Amino acid sequence: MALEDQVRGRKVKLHDMCLRDGMHSMRHQISLEQMIAVSTGLDAAGVPLIQVTHGDGLGGSSLNYGRGLHSDQEYISAVASRMKNATVSVLHVPGIGTLDELRMAADCGAGCVHVASHCTEADVTEQHIGLGRKLGMDTVGFLMMAHMTDVEMLVSQALLMESYGATTVYCVDSAGYMLPADVTARVSAMRAVLKPETEIGFHGHHNLAMGVSNSLAAIAAGANRIDGSAAGFGAGAGNTPLEVFAAVAERMGIETGIDVFKLMDVAEDSVLPMMAKPPRADRDSLTLGYAGVYSTFLYNAKDCERRYGLPARDLLMELGRLKMIGGQEDMIEDTALTMAKARGLIAADA
Amino acid sequence: MSKIKCAIIGPGNIGTDLLYKLLRSDVLEPVWMVGVDPTSAGLARARELGLKTTEEGVDGLVPHVLADGVQIAFDATSAYVHPENSRKLNELGVVMIDLTPAAIGPLCVPPVNLETHAENAVMNVNMVTCAGQATIPMVAAVSRVQPVDYAEIIATVASKSIGPGTRKNIDEFTRTTSGAVMSVGGAKQGKAIVVINPAEPPLMMRDTVYCETADEPDRDAITASVKAMIAEVQKYVPGYRLKNGPTFNGRQVSIFLEVEGLGDFLPIYAGNLDIMTAAGARTAEMFARKMLDGSFNPKMAEMA
Repeated sequence: MALEDQVRGRKVKLHDMCLRDGMHSMRHQISLEQMIAVSTGLDAAGVPLIQVTHGDGLGGSSLNYGRGLHSDQEYISAVASRMKNATVSVLHVPGIGTLDELRMAADCGAGCVHVASHCTEADVTEQHIGLGRKLGMDTVGFLMMAHMTDVEMLVSQALLMESYGATTVYCVDSAGYMLPADVTARVSAMRAVLKPETEIGFHGHHNLAMGVSNSLAAIAAGANRIDGSAAGFGAGAGNTPLEVFAAVAERMGIETGIDVFKLMDVAEDSVLPMMAKPPRADRDSLTLGYAGVYSTFLYNAKDCERRYGLPARDLLMELGRLKMIGGQEDMIEDTALTMAKARGLIAADA
Repeated sequence: MSKIKCAIIGPGNIGTDLLYKLLRSDVLEPVWMVGVDPTSAGLARARELGLKTTEEGVDGLVPHVLADGVQIAFDATSAYVHPENSRKLNELGVVMIDLTPAAIGPLCVPPVNLETHAENAVMNVNMVTCAGQATIPMVAAVSRVQPVDYAEIIATVASKSIGPGTRKNIDEFTRTTSGAVMSVGGAKQGKAIVVINPAEPPLMMRDTVYCETADEPDRDAITASVKAMIAEVQKYVPGYRLKNGPTFNGRQVSIFLEVEGLGDFLPIYAGNLDIMTAAGARTAEMFARKMLDGSFNPKMAEMA
């Protein structure tokens, strides 16, 4: 069956990431004024879910991941009080954020949480998914770097999250590595075993410019939540550009409830002016997608290139070879130091 | 030389690894292994190594404590059951070394504050967490040179080395560790992050310590202090290594560590397990020496 026939008439919920994943592009320095302008614009365009936190989620503000300009509490409060229809969501990674921070987010008005783990480690999310449900939040299990494991393992982890109480489970292409067939295999296998009422989501990165195609493949395989980002703001070469996806969805008869022109205007007038050099598939971002490396590593690798004279692309390839996963940003400088010493770029005792 | 008799509660990975270390000790003699599951492989292994075992929990040990002369017990169970275990054994004059994140007693990181605890003759010491044992010596190495406003630690452990208890209660792990970064490490503020990596073959435990000093860091003094502290930890964890750094960027000091285990029970990648049990054993040995030379005489509650 043609793709168009598989997706026509489907109802899909779009979830904007530009104020959370886009924090990486902005080195976590988005101002409250910018947050409010973008989020109220997205709300008016009919985007039902808007994610707001530090790029690494609640509690992410740190030396390892970069300090936020404002606290999560300030960001969530500023946005939640101004939403007419949209629900504010947060990212929460057990091991980085704590249960107290999740309670704070709910108190500030967040109504949805993505509880994230690496694709094979879902059993660290039990307490956090449980608390999300207890707080009455739309609770989502978020399996990151899903290309790094096989379909069978991913499905077993999705079932664990469902058993903890997640009402939606995501296949997350954190590295922007997947091709449509990878997405189809994973999402359809999840759809086959999860309860019919459990929703499935897909979160794509655009390092190989496959964000839109992969999201369509996910919908065809049974997903009904799609993450994207206005103007594509996000880690690596950015997320699936949401306004592009919304336009494609409309052409293909997928119902999203989005006002496409209003969303284009938010992307063009509010999001793009925030950055002098918006994310694109430059050679380093492309390397992330090509080699399957965590998209968030991009800027730290570029920093190391400036500091040690080591090409970011070489460093990213090595991090991929070492199987580093999301959260291990500390290993970027460590690996750069080891490589720079071996290449004689810095003294051996540095 | 006579030895102090010990019991281990919890025959899992930590308890079993600890058992191998105690069997090598000059001053400690493991005599009981306590579990709750009669089919436990850990209990069977302990029996093969000549220990008495019970599957009735601490209640199965209590009637034998005095007759068998048990003076030190290690708790490698969970934060939930530790307080009761500790109360029952402290009453009989048994000193508790707590390897759970319960932290009802003072926190102990051997090269930083073990001597103080031993002099104060405390009846319960807590070994923080594996991440705490690996990183707090470095925080202390910086804070003994100059004030540290903020310290942050990132511990990455191999998926195969982390048991279900820690996974289920990952918040306790980060909370106990960040608290100890302040109270034992000497930082004004602390933060702890843990990452579990499933790579095959499993990765060695890695730890990164970032400190923000109040003033411009004294590079030479901090570098010397860090290297001296590494040598202190290596006395009981030979595989504890400075991989890179310290590097300096403004007020930020970065220290990159690797912990290779001895491979007593789990393979050498599980440095996290090794540093925890080695720290527990070292702590018990310090108490045992004081018991043997008569400077520490824990008494039963009724008699005290």
